[in-house]
Amino acid sequence: MIEIVSASRCIECDICVRVCPANVFDPVRKQAPVIARQEDCQTCFMCEIYCPTDALYVAPCAEGPTGISEAEVEAAGFFGGYSRALGWNRGKPGGSENDPTQYIRTSPR
Amino acid sequence: MTTLRQSVQAQRRADRLDLVADVLVIGGGPAASWAALAATSEGARVVVVDKGYLGTSGATAPSNTGTWFVPPGAGREAEIERRQKLNGGLAIPRWVDRTLHRAWQGLHALAEWGYKFPNDDSGKPYLTNLRGPDYMAFMRRRVLRAGVAILDHHPALELLSESGVIAGAAGVDRQHNRPWRVRAGAVVLASGGCAFGERMLGATGLTGDGYLMAAEAGATLSGMEFSAQYACTPKNTSLSKGVPFAWASYYREDGTRVDTANQERFAPVAKALLEGPVWGRFDKGTPELNGWLRQGQPNCFLPHDRAGIDPFTQKFEVMLRCEGTVRGVGGIKLVADDCSTGVPGLYAAGDAASRERVTGAITGGGGPNSSWAIASGNWAGTAAARYAAREGGNMAERNVVAMGRAGLRPAKIARPDVRAAEAVQTVRDEFLPIDHNFYRNETTLRKSLEKFDHAWCDVRDHLAGSGTDAVKTREAAALVASSRWAFASGLARAESRGMQRRVDLPATDPQFVCAFETTGLDHIEVKRCAIADTVPA
Ligand SMILES: Cc1cc2nc3c(=O)[nH]c(=O)nc-3n(C[C@H](O)[C@H](O)[C@H](O)COP(=O)(O)OP(=O)(O)OC[C@H]3O[C@@H](n4cnc5c(N)ncnc54)[C@H](O)[C@@H]3O)c2cc1C
Ligand code: SF4
Ligand code: SF4
Repeated sequence: MIEIVSASRCIECDICVRVCPANVFDPVRKQAPVIARQEDCQTCFMCEIYCPTDALYVAPCAEGPTGISEAEVEAAGFFGGYSRALGWNRGKPGGSENDPTQYIRTSPR
Repeated sequence: MTTLRQSVQAQRRADRLDLVADVLVIGGGPAASWAALAATSEGARVVVVDKGYLGTSGATAPSNTGTWFVPPGAGREAEIERRQKLNGGLAIPRWVDRTLHRAWQGLHALAEWGYKFPNDDSGKPYLTNLRGPDYMAFMRRRVLRAGVAILDHHPALELLSESGVIAGAAGVDRQHNRPWRVRAGAVVLASGGCAFGERMLGATGLTGDGYLMAAEAGATLSGMEFSAQYACTPKNTSLSKGVPFAWASYYREDGTRVDTANQERFAPVAKALLEGPVWGRFDKGTPELNGWLRQGQPNCFLPHDRAGIDPFTQKFEVMLRCEGTVRGVGGIKLVADDCSTGVPGLYAAGDAASRERVTGAITGGGGPNSSWAIASGNWAGTAAARYAAREGGNMAERNVVAMGRAGLRPAKIARPDVRAAEAVQTVRDEFLPIDHNFYRNETTLRKSLEKFDHAWCDVRDHLAGSGTDAVKTREAAALVASSRWAFASGLARAESRGMQRRVDLPATDPQFVCAFETTGLDHIEVKRCAIADTVPA
């Protein structure tokens, strides 16, 4: 589930408020958005890749919050990890042309 | 003439949003996007309403979907024959062929429009895969450029009709808590399948709303017994993506291997999970393949990376998640080649529609479903635009009535102790367990149905929802209704075929090469019907 909105990384663009398909965030004037409906989160990681400053962290556990802290996420280098793996950058798509899935599909199982 | 987007802008501060369009598309996944593009190219003025955000919502956006990309010719005939042997004999080769053909055109169009496919070894774009987040971001831009008005976070709650003809829909703008209404000459339901409350990728919006709205309008559902598709995920995660598991071994608590050779993919895992915990390890691939898996399916590795596990050498606990009709089959029955539903003015596309004629009794995951979304979206969008041009008349003058009942307008007195969350919990408890749904039998089906019936009566009679709360109450009603249709059909199909695995009736019975159609809300009727081709347009 979504666990962290990093106030120090966030530029208050409210993109996550718009793009989260489960409507989890609420905007706050002149501040980072808040996680208002965490239990609705579908653990899809979409907000992470749309955030232009890698300020969001979604823990892979879909059943409930794990309580991980921002400092732990920062120390582990997890912020923006999924974006980098895809080739997305500053919240913008990229990298689909390098997707090697064609070789997976033709590999013997 | 003011454009639809100008009308939306002009009403920005009004207490309600009221629009008039030619075609209203309900949904925000690939089927909705293709339907919107097709309707616009017929000259229609189109509004898309999505419960979430067109670009991130639905089952495709967070995934990486293979497409069914089969060139015309002998290869295509062979592919149709190959699938026909697997699908329980329920698919119709002409429908498979026309789906492959339309998707083939759509995928070529995507390449032409500039979607960044990877190249294959001969330097040509490899069209057999679409990376979900990129594909849906691309479709959003394309739909916006076509002039379509997209209303994100505007779930549809109910259809509108005028003397039995569908004339639009109404719902709520959930970020501004204000009602919306769109009167339209035709409506395309592209609201996806039903995930029955499972926590899988994309499931949040997939609650069967479209089935409920269609049934209230008098449409028929078909193939709802084929709602027992499951996928393996690392325990407690949402990552219901099958690809890396093709190279997994599975182990019991005592370290013994679960034998998966020559069997339906997850059946032995399901059996083992009924006896105790199961661990997986991606230990069947080569280092080269493992590298491609990591690079090509990066979200599959988030749970492992974030837990500090190397899934190629270390075991991780797994579970099976139910995917209902999302990678299952059932949905709204289409009565003609143009994706019409038999209710005038109402069309269905993508997972909202039954895919029986194309996938038969087996999953359409891994290619058929995404190609079906492209093909059916195009057919439905085109037909809806033509219908609206022909029959729509002056929509602004039409007197429409709202059709929503359960979860919106209780039949009896509203009771605060009847809550949406409880109804959803009943669905989760009864529908998702492996020994209720992956493996079915008459006793548990009947027991669960009794609970669903009870929940339905409560919801129908006493569950009220207004404002943004109505989204949840309506979802609860749709989930309960969908569960009843699914298990009632599962009971009627007294045999095992494809993903319907009846442990009490394990044989496939030749007399059941047929479809089961479901109608009704209070009294559910399941009718056995011939698998019938439709009349070509
Ligand atoms: C993990 C995963 C992997 C998959 N991989 C493959 C694959 O490799 N190959 C393949 O062919 N298929 C695959 N599938 C299936 C494929 O993703 C679906 O078939 C496809 O997304 C269907 O498209 P759709 O547009 O019909 O529905 P969806 O993409 O699910 O979209 C449904 C839309 O309807 C909206 N909606 C729902 N209710 C309402 C309402 N009341 N009002 C307004 N909007 C509403 C939702 O917000 C959503 O935008 C996969 C599915 C999953 C879950
Ligand atoms: S998308 Fe990122 S930067 Fe923008 S408001 Fe959300 S957290 Fe802040
Ligand atoms: S993971 Fe998905 S559902 Fe959860 S907050 Fe992010 S975008 Fe929303």
